[in-house]
Amino acid sequence: MLDKAMLEMLLEGIRDTLYMTLLSTFFGYIIGLPLGIVLTLTDKDGIAPNKIIYRILDIIINITRSIPFLILLILLIPLTKLIVGKSYGATATIVPLTFAAAPLIGRMVESSLKEVNQGVIEAAISMGARKRMIIFKVLIGEARTSLLVGVTIVLGTVLGYSAMAGVVGGGGLGDIAIRYGYYRYNTKIMLITLIFIVVIVQLMQGLGMLAAKRLDHRR
Amino acid sequence: METAYIEVQKLSKTYSAKNGTVEALKEISLSIPQNEIFGIIGLSGAGKSTLVRCLNLLEKPDSGTVIINGEDLLTLSKEQLRIRRQKIGMIFQHFNLLEQQTVLENVCFPLEIRGIPVKQRKEKALQLLKQVGLEDKAKAYPSQLSGGQKQRVAIARVLANDPDILLCDEATSALDPETTKIILNLLKEIHDTMGITIVIITHEMKVIQEICTQMAVLHKGSLQECGSAEEILKNPKSKAAKRLLMIKETEEETDYVG
Repeated sequence: MLDKAMLEMLLEGIRDTLYMTLLSTFFGYIIGLPLGIVLTLTDKDGIAPNKIIYRILDIIINITRSIPFLILLILLIPLTKLIVGKSYGATATIVPLTFAAAPLIGRMVESSLKEVNQGVIEAAISMGARKRMIIFKVLIGEARTSLLVGVTIVLGTVLGYSAMAGVVGGGGLGDIAIRYGYYRYNTKIMLITLIFIVVIVQLMQGLGMLAAKRLDHRR
Repeated sequence: METAYIEVQKLSKTYSAKNGTVEALKEISLSIPQNEIFGIIGLSGAGKSTLVRCLNLLEKPDSGTVIINGEDLLTLSKEQLRIRRQKIGMIFQHFNLLEQQTVLENVCFPLEIRGIPVKQRKEKALQLLKQVGLEDKAKAYPSQLSGGQKQRVAIARVLANDPDILLCDEATSALDPETTKIILNLLKEIHDTMGITIVIITHEMKVIQEICTQMAVLHKGSLQECGSAEEILKNPKSKAAKRLLMIKETEEETDYVG
């Protein structure tokens, strides 16, 4: 059914897809997590309200979130070249993927942290807790289930974006699907890669939800 | 004349609401002597919650002063206020425990805030859990506890910092009468053995009757009456106090009929 070369190519595709998705999500959180925390703190009901900072970050996120990924990919080519040295391949795709993921992550983190019961935050303030303690122990500690569900959603979205990068030779399963399925009308290869993508998303979703449930002590 | 431990002078607080402003507190002046169990009663919207939240500055008053043990809280720096708050305990209507942490970790939390080493934290927390009768629940999570048990955890947690003041914001309002009694008895025991000044906010006369030595009656943001609880319960002078006592009697009658 599949020759050896084909199989090797698919395995490489899976490896590249996982590599891009996981690393971009990781780098995305390095930017997005602090972003979400700052949004939560500086919002009007936060523990350090600051209208100006909140508004600026809010606008930046809205702008970057409204740029379609494909356009962002092209817009960032000079930056990608600067960081990675080239603009195609799996490693290069991590740059635009990270930039697409970060504002999404910022929003997800913000919404998770804002779910934390205001009363518990107030109790911590009444105990004389430092802001750092409130951020890590109360906000992140209490919202951890929601944050983990967020990670799962982000992984799925980033994986979807990574497949789109195939259009410009981004590598990974999406690249294979486009090259064989779209340019060469090889429907079989396209469907097989599609199945792999679905299975990977399912696995990540399942594992993420399981971990979230394990960590939740609220019921 | 006893010296005031908590002294509130001309405290005012106005909120802006959708249709105009709400005066939550109108020039409230109040002094609470050391080692009393002081009740502040009023109907919902009387401003009592705002008042108690001004005592540890969870809420910043628009004007007036809050003096605790001779120290004007409003003149403290942020850092000084943070440290001072560690000695002003507060318990809440909805307990406000960390839901993702065990009972033991919840009681350890204020000690963690103060940077006490883990081993000492645990020792002290276990001893406090014993004091509130929940040592067997140390490894449980709040979601596995009843309302009364949750409030006992909150009390153990608040005692971890050896506070000199304990503020209770409707601490028994979410509990049934039986559990309310248990919690009030626990508060009284804490007061008697540890000599903590307790301020209780409530809308129920029976809470005042049960444990308060002094009381203040609040109505629509103004202080109506203030003095010995026994005196006011026996011979209320203000309209608001009379009304609150009447509500209590009707409730008791319904209890009897029901």
